Formats: sequence, C-alpha cells, structure tokens
Amino acid sequence: MASVVATPPEFRRDSGIHRFPASSPLQLESGESLAPLEIGYETYGELNADRSNAVLVCHALTGDQYAASPHPISGKPGWWERVIGPGLPLDPSRYFVIATNVIGGCMGSTGPASIDPRTGKPYGLSFPMITIADMVRAQAMLMQAWGIERLFAVIGGSMGGMQVLRWAADHPERIANAVCIAAAARHSAQNIAFHEVGRQAIMADPDWRGGDYYAHAVRPEKGLAVARMAAHITYLSETALQRKFGRGLQRDGLSWGFDADFQVESYLRHQGASFVDRFDANSYLYITRALDYFDLADSFGGVLANAFRKARHVRFCVLSFSSDWLYSTAESRDIVRALNAAGCRTSFVEIATDKGHDAFFLDEPQLDAVLRGFLDSAAHARGLP
Amino acid sequence: MSREDFREILRLVRPGARVLDVGCGEGELLELLARDKGVEGQGLEISPEGVSACLAKGLSVVQGDGDRDLDHFPTRSFDYAILSKTLQQMRDPRHVLTELLRIADQAVVSAPNFGHWRVRLELLIHGRMPETEALPDPWWSTPNIHLCTLRDFNALCADLDLRIDACAALAQGRPARPIDPTRPLENWRAEAAIYLLSRRTEAVAPPRQDLFT
Repeated sequence: MASVVATPPEFRRDSGIHRFPASSPLQLESGESLAPLEIGYETYGELNADRSNAVLVCHALTGDQYAASPHPISGKPGWWERVIGPGLPLDPSRYFVIATNVIGGCMGSTGPASIDPRTGKPYGLSFPMITIADMVRAQAMLMQAWGIERLFAVIGGSMGGMQVLRWAADHPERIANAVCIAAAARHSAQNIAFHEVGRQAIMADPDWRGGDYYAHAVRPEKGLAVARMAAHITYLSETALQRKFGRGLQRDGLSWGFDADFQVESYLRHQGASFVDRFDANSYLYITRALDYFDLADSFGGVLANAFRKARHVRFCVLSFSSDWLYSTAESRDIVRALNAAGCRTSFVEIATDKGHDAFFLDEPQLDAVLRGFLDSAAHARGLP
Repeated sequence: MSREDFREILRLVRPGARVLDVGCGEGELLELLARDKGVEGQGLEISPEGVSACLAKGLSVVQGDGDRDLDHFPTRSFDYAILSKTLQQMRDPRHVLTELLRIADQAVVSAPNFGHWRVRLELLIHGRMPETEALPDPWWSTPNIHLCTLRDFNALCADLDLRIDACAALAQGRPARPIDPTRPLENWRAEAAIYLLSRRTEAVAPPRQDLFT
C-alpha cells in the first residue's frame, strides 16, 4: 500500500502501512495473538541489489515512524532528522533506512485504537498486552515479508534501544550491527513509578470511560496531558531545566493564583496539550506497560549475558548520556558488562552532556561523531559503498 | 607508550590472539595488532576523543579507565592485557595488576625505574625530586603517583604470585634490551622496563626464550 512521495530534493521516501493477512497473526508473549496485523512505516533511500544495506531505526515511547519526514499531525520535522539525511550518519544514498510504528502505537500500526475484527469496534482495553519482544517480532515479520534476511544495523534510543537489545537476544542471526542509545536492560522501580503516575492520570480522567472513550466521541485529554507533563520532566536534566527556565515568569509579576506563572509551567502545559493531538491515551497505557514489563535477563535465567550468547558476530555500540537519570550510564554499563561477558564485540561511549535523556534528539556533536565513526567503519567492513 | 614499546609488543603477541589494551588512546597499537597479527582487539579508553577515533577505525572500545572499569571484562576473556598507560599513574597499581591477570592469561605492563642511577644521583646530590628523560615532570605536576624501582616491582609480582615471563629495559630512541630484572645491576641501569607477566599458579606454555630479543 506504499505511496511514493517525492521529497525534494535528495532521496527517495516511501510511506505506508503493511497489512498482513489474517492468516499471519502476530504471536504475543502473553500467549495471545494479534490479527490482522498492520505496521505503519516510512523508508528512506533504496534497498540495494543484495539487500545488505537495510537499517532499522526503532522509536521511543511516544515516537513513531516519522523519523526523517514531517509529522502528518503536528507538521513538525522528523524526530531524527539530525541523523538521517544526505551527508548525515544515516545517509539514504548508502542505506535503506526503515522506521516502523511499534505495535500498540497509534500512527498506523495495530493498536488499541484499531478496529477489532471480532466486534467491528476499536479494541480499547480488549487489546492484548504487548511487550518489547512483541514489537520486535512484528518488525521481524515485516523484514521477512520484505525479503530482508539480515539488517545491516538496528538502531534506537530509549525504548528503541530496548528493541535493539531484544533484536540481539531474539533474532541475532538477522542483524550485523546494533546501536543502543540511552536505554536499559530492564525497567527500574523508579521508571515503573513514573509510568504508574502517568497511567493513573489517564485513568482518573472521567473521559477515559474505562478505556472505551472511542465510542463516546471524547478523549481523556487532561489525563494524557498530565501523564506527558510528568514524563517530560524525566527526559530533562535538572541543569537543563534550570538553564532553560530558571524561575523565569511568563508575565511581569505573580498572578497570586494557579495560572501558569512560571515559564516552566507554561512549557509543560504546552508539551501536554500538543501531545494529546497526536497520541492515543490507550496506546500510552499499553506501551508504558510494555516498558515496565521489560527485563531482558528475566527471559534468560536471570543472567543478562545469556541474552547475548548467540550474538557474538554482532558489533555493538552502546551509548549513554552523562546527565540522563531516566536510563543512566550505570544501566548502560550493565549492558556493556553483559555483552563483554557473552564475548560480543562491544563499544561503549558515555557522552558528556547536561541535556538529560532527551539528548539523543538534540544537537550533540559527539553523538553524531560516534554514530558516524561506528557506522562508517561497519559499512566499510561489509563493503557498502 | 612509545613506538619502541609497540614494536616489542607486536613481537611478543601471538597471531590471532585476543588482546585488551587498557588506555588504548586513539587505537594505534590495536590497529597495528589487527593489521600485522590478525589480533581481535578490545580497547579501554577514558578520553572521548580517543574513543571516537577508535570507533572510526572500526575498533571495539569501551569508555572507561583502568582504575575503575576493569570489572567490565570477564575472567580469562583475553590472551593478553596490555596496560598502555603506565602502571605508576594508576591509583591502585596492585589492584590493577590483579585485575589484568584475572582478565587475561598474560599481562604486558611497563613502568619507569626509580632505581635508575640518574634518579638516585639526583636525589643524593641535589636532594630534589629527580627530573629525567623517563620522568620529565616536576613533582607538582607529574602524573606519576606510584613510582617504584625494578626491585619494588619484582617484589609486588612475587607477592601477587605472578611469574615474570620476560622483561626488557626501555630507553627512549633505542631498541629494547632483554634483561633479567632481578639482577641488582639492572636496577641501576634500566631507565624503564616492560614486563610480560602470567599467573604463577597456572601451567601455561613453556617460557619463550625469544621474547624481547
């Protein structure tokens, strides 16, 4: 169902939704299955003749497939346009860059807002629980359908990084290089706690209607906005917040009330309000749950290194940001220790920045240099031009 | 480490070996080892510039330092561990040595010899901290915080139950000279020394006579 959009001037972009037949359900970790499965995608560049230049870019919790193309709802530039593009580390003239919407999402892939074929109505809370492994299995089905036996690289930050780890653990023979940015091998108590605040905010909104708001033509916008506001704080460092806003006021003087007096309040309200336009509240519940359930070692006898035993041919690059307190450097180092213990070829870089978790979207020259160095040398080793 | 040290290391490392280079800088040694010896290398480097340079060369490198981050590597996962940053600059040389020989079957380490005659003479005559070719910095800016003599180092090896498989005296601009570091004369003559060490408790390949020759 691909529609070809000619993006001026430099590279080919394809956009669409891949629809699997009902006879090819997605088997879920929970034991349930999902059919028919649909996956929304964007691709940049072209697959080469021997299908060896495909790079899968995995998105974060509230991301989507619009990595290097304008977002169809917000109109904002793609979330990784700093990395994907001509002359950038992921150059579409060299790589076939694939970005898919995760299952459970709301930008074209099957999720809680999709129509349940059994009822003809949106799934809502009857949508099955999904996991990071399920997201990755769906991506692997798509690669299979496209005839891509082995990805040159799989790359992602935050939840995208967890997908990268899952690729290495579950489908190691199908990847050659793996880049895991600002992620962790499991969700900590603090991570789960913040997510629970967000979920409770959504479920406390009367418009949530037990998850069945689709039928009532309402949306739990207030709850979802609060969830986004709370989460957004975790994406920034204290230093970055202080530098950006300090105690700066919106207007001259205090309102002596509960308006957004402070710039930081106004900023968070804006973040919350603009988020609800492009994100489904139930998707937020399901995907945060998938993150909370993520504990890679748990599927491998409690020993993280065992997850990577079959990935010794994969070149890994693990990156963290020094001021990221959501998924800290210590958690990345745990991944590195496990990779080393499994005998994998591992590189690790802690990028010095005060921008917090969100640094992987932002202007971080060292991140670009590391990605470029790692990918270029890997491309050279595999004979990509 | 100087280019002379590199040459010695290149000579002694077995082809195809697994090598950990602690303090690998921009990966020059690992690149040479990969090219000339087919070595599968891994670097540990603290500086972001060094790490980026290694990545661009296609080397595997972990950002970290030898004092703190050797625990990233599993036991006996390498054939050789090379300490490029010399031992006297580490915060806890004893721990570092123990770690190197936990990780690898053999370790290559080097250190300036504080027992060198010029060092002794300078201290004896002028009563000041020596500044020599091997130790060029004044006391207040030197990175060398744990200086030792060859005898000190030999004693530490004995204490840690390490066997000295080979040793060579190093001098700037001259080829390495194989020595027996336990000979008292060498403790006067050698400006610096490079050691090849292994765990005494384990049977390894018979000592090689050709090392450092």
